[in-house]
Parts: sequence; structure tokens; C-alpha cells
Amino acid sequence: MRAGLTVLVMVALAVVPPLLYWYANPFYLDLASRLVILGIAAVSLNLILGYGGLVSFGHAAFLGLGAYAVGIPAHHWLYGGMDAIATTNGWVQIALAVGVSGLFAFLTGLVCLRTRGVYFIMITMAFAQMIYYLIVSIEEYGGDDGLVIDTRSELPFINLDDPLQLYFLGYVSLLVAMLLVRMIVHSRFGMVLQGAKGNEERMISLGYNIYAYRLVAYVISGAMAGYAGALLGNFTTFISPEMMDWSRSGELMFMVILGGFATNVGPVLGAVAFIVLEEVLSSWTIYWHLPFGLMLIGVVLFARGGLVGLFTGRGGKK
Amino acid sequence: MDLSLIVIQALNGVQLGLLLFLVASGLTLVFGILDFVNLAHAALYMVGAFVCASFTFFLGNFIWAVLAALPVVAFVGYLVERFVARPLYTRDHLDHVLATFGLILVIDTLVHMIWGPAGIAVPLPDWLRGQITLPGGIVVPSFRLLIIGAGLAAAGGLFWLVNHTRLGMLIRAGASNRTMVSALGIDIQMLFSLVFALGATLAGLAGMLIAPITEASMGMGNSIIITAFVVIIVGGIGSMKGAFIAALLIGLIDTLGRSFLDDLFKIVMSPAAAETSAPAVSAMLIYIIMALVLALRPQGLFPPKVR
Amino acid sequence: MTAILEINGLNKSFGGIKATDNLSLTVEQGELHAVIGPNGAGKTTLISQLTGMQFPDSGSVKFKSRDITRMAAHKRPHLGIARSFQITSLIMQMSVLDNVALALQACDGHSFRFLRPARSVNSLRERGRALLDRVGLADNADSPTAALSHGEHRRMEIAIALASEAELMLLDEPMAGLGAQESTEMVGLLQDLKGKHTILLIEHDMDAVFALADRISVLVYGHIIATGTPDEIRGNEAVQHAYLGEEA
Repeated sequence: MRAGLTVLVMVALAVVPPLLYWYANPFYLDLASRLVILGIAAVSLNLILGYGGLVSFGHAAFLGLGAYAVGIPAHHWLYGGMDAIATTNGWVQIALAVGVSGLFAFLTGLVCLRTRGVYFIMITMAFAQMIYYLIVSIEEYGGDDGLVIDTRSELPFINLDDPLQLYFLGYVSLLVAMLLVRMIVHSRFGMVLQGAKGNEERMISLGYNIYAYRLVAYVISGAMAGYAGALLGNFTTFISPEMMDWSRSGELMFMVILGGFATNVGPVLGAVAFIVLEEVLSSWTIYWHLPFGLMLIGVVLFARGGLVGLFTGRGGKK
Repeated sequence: MDLSLIVIQALNGVQLGLLLFLVASGLTLVFGILDFVNLAHAALYMVGAFVCASFTFFLGNFIWAVLAALPVVAFVGYLVERFVARPLYTRDHLDHVLATFGLILVIDTLVHMIWGPAGIAVPLPDWLRGQITLPGGIVVPSFRLLIIGAGLAAAGGLFWLVNHTRLGMLIRAGASNRTMVSALGIDIQMLFSLVFALGATLAGLAGMLIAPITEASMGMGNSIIITAFVVIIVGGIGSMKGAFIAALLIGLIDTLGRSFLDDLFKIVMSPAAAETSAPAVSAMLIYIIMALVLALRPQGLFPPKVR
Repeated sequence: MTAILEINGLNKSFGGIKATDNLSLTVEQGELHAVIGPNGAGKTTLISQLTGMQFPDSGSVKFKSRDITRMAAHKRPHLGIARSFQITSLIMQMSVLDNVALALQACDGHSFRFLRPARSVNSLRERGRALLDRVGLADNADSPTAALSHGEHRRMEIAIALASEAELMLLDEPMAGLGAQESTEMVGLLQDLKGKHTILLIEHDMDAVFALADRISVLVYGHIIATGTPDEIRGNEAVQHAYLGEEA
């Protein structure tokens, strides 16, 4: 049932946005591109949040780091300075995005993962905010005002200036991300990660150093989100600290929970629902955060299985 | 660096610290007793500022406006407890975080609808607009001294309430043993509502006190909440004493770091390098301090007693 | 006989209350050594210190002559110390077999393996089924853990403790909450393990302890007041006074 749902959603994402692009309004492809990119970030968050039980509230920082890993080299390429990283080569930029976010995940994870529960929530949030303020404080990259990416990443065979090609890069990346998380979750490593979520004390007494396993999961998740950030930078071509604000992290969490926690397709469904809701509500009223917020509260209070639970008649949670 | 600048910045640091304490004390109180994580806590800080702004125009006097606005914020706090927090006490922290995140969106939008998107400046009465010359010839705005005085008074009142009243006894007992308090026949629901309203009042007061300086604005809560988190993480979640000390510490470090870090850096590096690196480091300073504290003491400086 | 576990002068207090008070105890290789004691005698605190969940204030714990007093909890199982929990501690979201397979996986090298699905590793699955068979849960292997009864959970605990083929098994009240019939079955199960593993059995159930133990230590207020064979303990006046007398 769930596998069917996954196939259905992914086939729809492959077919519908291009059709809308050609026959309806090109604008829909923009939405879909944002959707698949945020979907990757949500899928990566699901690895630690859904399967690992680690309530990370700083995931947008990885997205932002990834985006700046595209923006900063491109900036120097055009305007000089920092020759070591000045490039428009997509491979280098993506490697930088993945490397920097992975490193940030590793360094903050060393501290965060020593703590539990509510400490963990707040600390991940605080570290994300640290990156936010760091970027704000750097005048050269636009500080508060953000940075325009004047030239997109250059990759062989793919022209990211073509919206359709950009979309399909995002789509394929999402597919790969889902398969990757699926593989990790079912592997020995994934069993340990899920076991630690289910019963920490038991896993320790079996001899697992769960701190190390969680740290690795945290780094994988952060690096994946960093990759999504590199795509996001290429998509929006304008990046600002605002994209790592903690409310962005909250939105990613909302996607995971709304779609269905610890399920493969859940975060993607959540991203779909989020983008559609945002679009529909904000076209009605500038006060769209009001119904949106109420809905979020409603989902938490009343619909705990998420959309996957709704469609398959099974709770995704607990 | 001249001395008067240091003193003025230190006073600013203390002022920020006290405001942080007012916000953080409510958070830590609610968390310590109710085991509830309230992201929307700082939204009440913002609501306080806006309500106070309106009352200032309506009543024509800032002080009266503060006194009138406090019960309003307390009531909003009560509503939050009754309709969002209460159904979630038995749930895990993830649910708390998500629901109160939704609540922030709701409160932000309501504020936007009522007061509009622009910030509102809050005028002060003339006697608060002046400056006071301290011994040593240091000139400080009198309103900043009022903030410090009010902050200290609120902190003192809170400590008295928690340590020397029957309500405080119940609060302390409730924090360490919830079932025991219910067994004593205390209406625990009532106690929770009171604690929540109290926390809201403190946060609201902080918002009212800062409003004449920064004006009441959307998003003012979202920037202070994380700093308040840093405060209670450093202080030890659930510890009032820890929150107080950590708030002053963070307030001072943040303020002094922003003002003097470049001067310090110039001692060890070229002026140009100092100019570029100091803002970046001072922006991250309190988070680095937080990481260091956690690396040494994962439970914060003053971990509350085992519950 | 050689000592496998030597506990020497262990102390642990919580805010002025001495939970463990100069506790010394030696477990010999191959024996089933039971620790009994009234409620609040400090049995759970003792287990926590042996498993590394808590560290003693002073004193030492040696396993096969190696000092493990302050060794991290997750390292001890790899030396050959397994435990069961007094309050059932299983991963409820996973199947019965998954729980046992995770225990086997822990002894099968590191788990930083990302490619192959763990559930397709036959060695883990087959050995897991064999262990479940040994505790009489073969038919429940694929059920969700949460669906099993309390008695079945207690047997899962044993299967998991067995998985590591540990030399020393710390069994924390395996009979806790069992009915008469289930208790008898559990005694049979432990009887079967006896001799194959060294067992330190913390237990409340007197009949079980006297039926199973080679030696018994009596723990009162965090201190061992007597150690001996079941007969010696029955005849020990201090024990009768401090403990058995209350219940008899």
C-alpha cells in the first residue's frame, strides 16, 4: 500500500509539472522545483527526526550553508577575491556544499548529541541561529540583504538556466535521496539508529555506542540537506540569511510530520501539501499564516499519523 | 577604550541581561513545572509591546499603559495554556514544539491584522526622556536605568514569590514531584494556568520595557527567543538561579563583545583583519559560549535537582 | 575456582542516602550466584553500577581481573557481560526477531554498514530464530514486540541476554510480575542455562532463588550481610533476623 503510494507520488511528480509547464502556466514548474528541492531537505531531516528520533530544529542552516556554498564562489568568480574558492564549477560547488554542511553537522553534532530531549531541540535551534547571525554579520556577502547569484553552477550535460533541466535535476536528486535514506534505514546502521530511538538504554546495554551512530546519521542528514541547499541556491538565484531562519526549520519539520514521520514518501507528501497550501492560502489572503498556523496546531492535536497514515489507514507515528 | 564607554556598555549589557531573564524565567518556569516547551513564549513578549503601545496612546502615559497591559498579557498567556498547551501535556516535546510553532504563526498574523505591518514607536513621558549623570561624570539615559530597576524588581519579586510564598512552595513541589502535589489535593490544573500566566506576564513586561527603545515590531519575539533558549541552556533548564546568572552573563558578553571585540582583536592582528573578523565572531560569541558550557557541563551551569 | 567478577568496597550515595554501602561480592566462574534482599536494599543500584549506567563513588569492580569500575556502559557487553532488565526494556516498535537480531548484530563487528538490508542477513535471522526457539518464542518471531504478553517479554529479555554468548549474565529479576505457571517455566529456562553461563541473578522470588542458586548473597541496606550456599543462608541467623524473618 505504501509502496504503491510512493510510486504514485513519484510518477505524478515526473509527469504533471512538465505538462503544466508546457500547457498551462510555466509558474507551476517553479512551484514544483521548490517542492522537489525542499523535499530533499525534508527527506534528509526525516532520517534523523523520523527514524532517529532526534528532534532537530536547525535543519534550515544546512540548506543555507549549501546555498551559500554556491553563492560565495560564484560571487568571487565574478567580482574577484578569494581565488581559492572562486569558481562556477558545479562539482566543486556541490562538493563544497556537502562538505561544509557535513562538517557543520559534525562539529555541532559533537555538542548537541551529548544532550537529550528538549536540550537537543533548543541547541540545534541555537546553532542554526548562530550561522544565521554569522552570515548577517558578513558585509561582503550582503549581510542581511542577501546575495544575488548572478551565474548558476556549471555542470556537464545539464544547463541549470533551463528551468526544465533544473527541475529534473531536483527530481532525480529527490529520488536518489529517497532511495539512499531507504537503504540506510534498512541497513544494519539503520537498525541501530531506529533501535536507539526506540530504547536508548537497551541499545547501550547491548554494546552500541549510540552517540557515534547518531553522529554519523546527523552528518549524513546535514550533508544531504546541504546538497539540497546548493540546488536551492541555483533555483532562487537569490540567497539571504532569512532562508536559515528558525521558522524555515520549523517548516521542514512540519513537512515531515504532516506527511508522515518515519515513512519513505511521507516527507515528499508533506512538501507537496506545504507548497500547495502555501500557494492556495497566500493567494486568498495576505494573512495566510493564520489558517496555516491553526492547521498546524490542528494536525498536532488531532491527526498524528500524517498524510501517509490518512492514505494507508495506518498511523505513521508510534 | 575609555572607561565611561565601558561602563555605559556594561550597563547596556546588564539591561539586556535583565530583559533576557524576564523572558527566560517564564520559559524555564513553564518547562521546569509543566515539562512543556513553549516556542510561542516570545510571541507574548511581542504582544506585550504592542498592547502597551496602544495603551500608551489611549491612556496618554507609558507607566499606566504598562500596568494596564500586564493583565492583558497574563490573560493571553492563560488562553494559550488552556487551548494549546493543556491538551499537549501528555505528549512528547516534538508535539509541543510543532503546535507552539503554529501558535507563533497565528499570534504573529493576528498582531499583523490588528496593528499593521509597521512597527509602532512608544513615546515616553518627559521625565523619562532625560539623562542622568552618574558619579564619575558618566551620562546614561534615565529610561535605561528604569529598565534595570524594573528588571531587578521583577526578578526580586519572582524570587520572593518562588521561595517565600505558598504558591511558590507549590511551584517548587510541582517541579520536583507532580503527582505529590496533586495528591495534596491542590488543583494542579489551576496551578499550571497560573504558572503559564505568570510566565506570560514576565515576558510581556520585558516587551513593554524594550518597546520605547526599539519600538513594538513584528518579529521582535522571534529574535529574542533563541537568545532566551541559550540563556536557559547555559543556566540549566528549570533553574531560576541559573537563568538569572546566565541571562546577565549572556547579556554582558553579547553587548561587550559587539562593542569591544574589534579593539581586542586589534591587539593580536592587523586592523583590517580585526575589522572583518570581529563582527563575525561577536555574532557567534554567545553560541560559542553555549557550546563550551555544554561541552563541559551537558546539564548547564546549575542543573536542577533530579525530578 | 576462579573469580570472574570481583566487587570490592563499592559505595554509592544519593543526596546523603547510602544506596550501596561498602559492598563486596565475588562471583566465581560457572556458578549461579543469586543476590536477594528486601525492597530498597539497593539491588537496582548495584546492577546499574555493574552495567556502567551509574558509576560508584568509591570502590572497584573487576571483571576477569580487569578493572571496569568506570568503563563506559556500551563497552562492557563486548568484554562478555550481558544483562536483562527488571522492567522490560525492549524496542516495542520492532518485531520480536528484530530485537533479538539487533542483539546478535551488536556482537557481529561494528554496524557502520549501510548497504545491505539487515533483515536479509541470514546468519542474524537464523541465529535469532534459534534463540527464540530456545526460550519458546519461535512462533512469535515476526510479531510486533508490543503485541506480546508480559511473560513473553520476560523470555525475550532472556533470549537477548543469551544472544551475546556472554560469559557473565546479569539477570535483573527475571521473574518480576510473572504468574505461578510462568515462573515455573522461567525457572526451567534458567535451570537450563545454569552451568553453561556464569549468572548473577538478582531476584525477589525466594522459591526460585533457593531452587536455582549455587550460592546466595543477602543484600540489606546496600551491604552484603552474608554469602553462602542455600542451606547456609537458610541457617544463618543474621539473615533470618534481617530478612527471612520478616516474610516468614
